[in-house]
Amino acid sequence: MMNIFNYIERRSPIHAMTGASKLVCLLLWSFGAMSSFDPRFLFALFVLALVLFKISKIRVADIRFMLWFTFVFCLLNNLLIFLFSPMHGTEIYGSCHEIFHIAGRYTLTQEQLLYHLNVFLKYAATIPIVLLFVTTTDPSEFASSLNRIGVNYKIAYSVALALRYIPDIQREYHDITLSLQARGVEMSKKASLGARLKTASGTLVPLILSSMDRIEVISNAMELRSFGKNKKRTWYRYRKFTAWDFGAMLLGLAVLLISVVLTAFVNHGRYFNPFV
Amino acid sequence: MEPIISFKNFGFKYTVQKEPTLYDIDLDIYPGQKVLIAGPSGCGKSTLVSCLNGLAPFSYDGEYTGSLTIGGKEARDSDIFTRSKVIGTVLQDSDAQFVGLTVAEDIAFALENDEVPVDEMKQRVDTSARLVDVQGHLSHAPHELSGGQKQRVSLAGVLVDDVDVLLFDEPLANLDPAAGEAAIELIDRIAKEQNKTVIIIEHRLEDVLHCHMDRVVLMEEGRILADTTPEELLCGRLLQTTGIREPLYITALKYAGVAVDPSMRPAHIETLALSDADKEKVRAWFETAPKTEKAEPAEPLLEVKDLTFRYANGFEALKDISLTLRKGEMTAIAGRNGAGKSTLCKLVCGFEHQQEGSIFLKGIDTADLSIKERAEHVGYVMQNPNQMISKVFIKDEVGLGLVLRERPQEEVDAAVDAALATCSLSPFVEWPVSALSYGQKKRVTIASILSLKPDMILLDEPTAGQDFRRYTEIMEFLEELNRSGVTVVLITHDMHLMLEYCDRSLVFSEGRLLADDSPAAVLSDPALIEKASLKKTSLYTLAGLCGIDDAKAFTERFIRCDRKARRGL
Repeated sequence: MMNIFNYIERRSPIHAMTGASKLVCLLLWSFGAMSSFDPRFLFALFVLALVLFKISKIRVADIRFMLWFTFVFCLLNNLLIFLFSPMHGTEIYGSCHEIFHIAGRYTLTQEQLLYHLNVFLKYAATIPIVLLFVTTTDPSEFASSLNRIGVNYKIAYSVALALRYIPDIQREYHDITLSLQARGVEMSKKASLGARLKTASGTLVPLILSSMDRIEVISNAMELRSFGKNKKRTWYRYRKFTAWDFGAMLLGLAVLLISVVLTAFVNHGRYFNPFV
Repeated sequence: MEPIISFKNFGFKYTVQKEPTLYDIDLDIYPGQKVLIAGPSGCGKSTLVSCLNGLAPFSYDGEYTGSLTIGGKEARDSDIFTRSKVIGTVLQDSDAQFVGLTVAEDIAFALENDEVPVDEMKQRVDTSARLVDVQGHLSHAPHELSGGQKQRVSLAGVLVDDVDVLLFDEPLANLDPAAGEAAIELIDRIAKEQNKTVIIIEHRLEDVLHCHMDRVVLMEEGRILADTTPEELLCGRLLQTTGIREPLYITALKYAGVAVDPSMRPAHIETLALSDADKEKVRAWFETAPKTEKAEPAEPLLEVKDLTFRYANGFEALKDISLTLRKGEMTAIAGRNGAGKSTLCKLVCGFEHQQEGSIFLKGIDTADLSIKERAEHVGYVMQNPNQMISKVFIKDEVGLGLVLRERPQEEVDAAVDAALATCSLSPFVEWPVSALSYGQKKRVTIASILSLKPDMILLDEPTAGQDFRRYTEIMEFLEELNRSGVTVVLITHDMHLMLEYCDRSLVFSEGRLLADDSPAAVLSDPALIEKASLKKTSLYTLAGLCGIDDAKAFTERFIRCDRKARRGL
């Protein structure tokens, strides 16, 4: 079964780091990448992210589905930007270098192309690092790291439980569709997409019902073992930060600082503008 | 000595219900006792558990009357957390209560919530893991464990807190017979070594009595019906009237005309003392067995030839399976989890495809048939009815298969009516599914399969988690269905079910078909029992006790007598 959003066990220095330091790094990195529209900087982050991926031993095949998903999403995003505001780049950069006229109000400009490049690179600079975090941090490590950066442990734990049950729910969904197919529901490629969507929604009722049962049992089991009794809790998997952890957090900090420096002193604004 | 748990004139009413669920409960449990609380579903035993551990009224709203003291303190004043330090609860579903991502984290869960420092926590986890013998699996995830191991992890998770009372809610419900026996032995050992008070809620009397219990509390309709020793209970007549299954050997002795009394120590087959006269009675009963004529074999319905199946990860789930199922048979497929039972069903239904071998339905090779086409011959009923029901109204649910096949409305209506009538659901035809009980939902799923008029239905664990009354209800319904001409195949690890209702058992182990024989023969073969994680029946032991060598024939004699008695009722 395909892996949608899940921890992948490998032995690598990135897996060995604590979830908390990875989460801090991820947050700083994302702030840095999100606030800058400097393609040179974003490209550098993208390359760095690829290097980190190499270190983590996560293969492209492991995350193929998510990559496709974000790629399609990114394309769609760019397409919509162009459809709704084809002159967005011109407004931002304050100049207009026309390449060619398409039709009506649609004209392709160098400014617009640069803007689209920036949007693309933003995806390229952040998505790999998010996927890297998700695939190298197991749910309980994730919960404890959320808690460590100040999120209430009840919320942190419920997020982790939700992540943990994704494979179970996928399996259950699979079983339910099989039994529906046996009843005569066509779910293969022979049926139209509309028909398939309709039957997929038919599996929701049984899926929700059986998930509700599961939630009741698990919340009882947790309460019977003192979950929610105190304001804080300790974590069996708690580990002290190592050099790698400090390294990761420093890296995140560096990304944010560079982004701030670029904005404040180099580009004098969020956009790198080669047209002036 | 002060009782550790004391109910005085205790009652409980859920807010959402009109009538109380528990009435006039007076029960004292003393430190170190082992108490079995038995009773049919809906008798209030689960509510009693919830009142003890505090889920009622803290999670399920309701009101107490009378008093309940735990460790000398009035329970009204102590919440779930306080009580969990005295009473450790092991819930029924060991899968769903596995909170941690690994064994170690799951055992540590209560300690984490109590803010125990990590170093101390690791030590305590290690100690409790050793107590239940899972220390070799500390880093394993739940799906890498067997049902029995998961339950042991749950037990370790409450033992870390050094509770005084261990409370088990149907500990045998999800285990195969051999794992169930091991679980009861483990509970017994922990209780002795750690000096714990043990309360077990179960309706499988014979299996719990595998080890000594001090008391049995029998409940019915919210009241305590009897509070006595296992010995007294087995000799009385209360079991028959409450619908708790009495141990097979006791039933056999009664059929043979032996009067069972407490002096014979009948609580365990191992301690049972029979006089020579009694043994003679059993032998005489055995020898008067009426001759049975062998029926002509019916035409083959499903033929499986040299079937081999490997999952994508290379795991060989089935190897060289050949078998023939004939029209009108009622067959059990047995074996522990992962033995290949479900895989076989998936292949037959077309959910998966074999690498080698072939499957014939009524002589037709199924290789080119789709899931939908096969479903017209073989109906598959999943274990959990909630996973199958996708419509709001019973009528729509039962007719779904026909509507999807675009049959004319009159035909759909007629088939739905017929299927509902067969499943005794006709009065509910206009009802929403959500208004039904679990057993009724199960029948809805069977009706929805029957509406397609398959030649054969395959049921995955049809009675899992059901008490004896519901079990009997479901099984008698299936038996009825079978007599009306439908071939029935059941996946089960319930040996009683095999013995009482099936003509034939297919025993799987590690992807191979180990045996294809009558249930009596299978359950009289010690080597086979061992391999397939089954358990010797007490009939086998009883036969030996009475000097009868042919345990298989003895078991068969019992089954025939029992079926006759059951049908005669």
